[in-house]
Amino acid sequence: MPALVGLAFLVLPLAGLLVRAPWSSLPARLAEPGILAALRLSLLTSTLATAVSLALGVPLAWLLARTAFPGRRLVRALVTVPLVLPPVVGGVALLLVFGRRGLLGGWLDATFGFTLPFTTVGVVVAEAFVAMPFLVISVEGALRGADARYEEAAATLGASRWTAFRRVTLPMIAPGVAAGAVLCWARALGEFGATITFAGNFPGRTQTMPLAVYLALEQDLDAAIVLSLLLLVVSVAVLAALRDKWIFT
Amino acid sequence: MRARLLAAVALTAVLASTAACGGGDDTATAPAGGASSAAGGSGAITVLAAASLTESFNQIGKDFEAANPGTKVTFSYGGSSTLAQQITAGAPADVFASASPATMKTVTDAGDGAGTPVTFVKNQLVIAVPKGNPKGITSLAALAKSDIKVALCAEPVPCGAAAKKALAAANVKVTPVTQEQDVKAALAKVKLGEVDAALVYRTDAKAASSDVDGIEFPESAQAINEYPIVALKSAPNAAGAAAFVGYVQSAAALKVLTDAGFQQP
Repeated sequence: MPALVGLAFLVLPLAGLLVRAPWSSLPARLAEPGILAALRLSLLTSTLATAVSLALGVPLAWLLARTAFPGRRLVRALVTVPLVLPPVVGGVALLLVFGRRGLLGGWLDATFGFTLPFTTVGVVVAEAFVAMPFLVISVEGALRGADARYEEAAATLGASRWTAFRRVTLPMIAPGVAAGAVLCWARALGEFGATITFAGNFPGRTQTMPLAVYLALEQDLDAAIVLSLLLLVVSVAVLAALRDKWIFT
Repeated sequence: MRARLLAAVALTAVLASTAACGGGDDTATAPAGGASSAAGGSGAITVLAAASLTESFNQIGKDFEAANPGTKVTFSYGGSSTLAQQITAGAPADVFASASPATMKTVTDAGDGAGTPVTFVKNQLVIAVPKGNPKGITSLAALAKSDIKVALCAEPVPCGAAAKKALAAANVKVTPVTQEQDVKAALAKVKLGEVDAALVYRTDAKAASSDVDGIEFPESAQAINEYPIVALKSAPNAAGAAAFVGYVQSAAALKVLTDAGFQQP
């Protein structure tokens, strides 16, 4: 019985979206330029954020799982902080470091004349900040579960560490990496608080789908519903496609 | 065991009825008209107000509570368009004070206002720049320069609509780097040094005078914001709502508002 209540709790709001959608004016609304721009930006930034997370997160997960160093538990705890931090707080923290007067941002501005806030790159940074921990935790879990003796065997057979990682470890942990990447992508797609605080809100450049929905809510409820539906359909489609292909190897 | 259960139920019923009795007293002290400021209202009063009213209304709330012992005023500040949408979606509140007639119209058109909204103050825009005006901005035209980063409020928000009008009156085209959800968020970007300028209200620049300077410009007179206030139809505390709306129009409240930089209605 509690299971059914839980299911209903999760599914009913989505059903509400479908019921309340303005189906008759849907085609006309979808053709509006702002909507597709926001969708394109959202897909682009969340994919880039996932790529950044993979590039940085997999080595980090390796470090946490395979090497023993003093303070490892503290590092692991620190890595998961963005998970529990309210996204807006994450945005403020990013501003204090990467903002124009921030610790690193000030140097960036003085040296290159480049600032992260209010740019699409800033959106990717904000999304990667909140989403990377998902990937790190997932990959670290997979690495701990994978037997290290296979890598040792590869080493005794003459493989370099990189070759052993690429040809032995990675195929073993691929489902964990894929699951982590999907979670990371989904989290990045839905990010709102850190994005609006750090990257700001400007159509076409930093106004991702969640920001567009929030703004549309004040002007035109039906437009907000259309945007929400679109995001829901895209998310479900990607998640469904990935699940079959990658996770169930 | 059954006796204890019965006793617990009876006790709960008694407590619930006394609480209801306490709440019922509110309707007995209805204020007379809008002129008197000390009469009427008790219990909790929830006020949804435009972000630019933050400092003034906090003070007015304290003064109201002092004049009407037994009342407790709680405020929720935000962009007027956000608040209007919350009210039409059924947010429980007693009073709505917005920064533009347009956002107030959203609420009254939906039938959520009790009575006619009354304009209680006006506000004008200034250019907020970091303290010391490092980029030497003196007019609206300076905001159009390519190396100046400007934060504006989003257009549905009253300060955004006023900014649009003022810029049009000055015939200046400004592309902001961000469109913020309320005027305090735009001000925060200036305080943080992330933008070089923002169009905010005179009252906001004054409230943050330790961090920002407010640069006046003539075109602001063509985009003055009128602030209406109204008690809400489904107010949990209707008497308190009417009392607060009345108090906001009193001389004492007006002094607090004009001291903060607002203009008389």
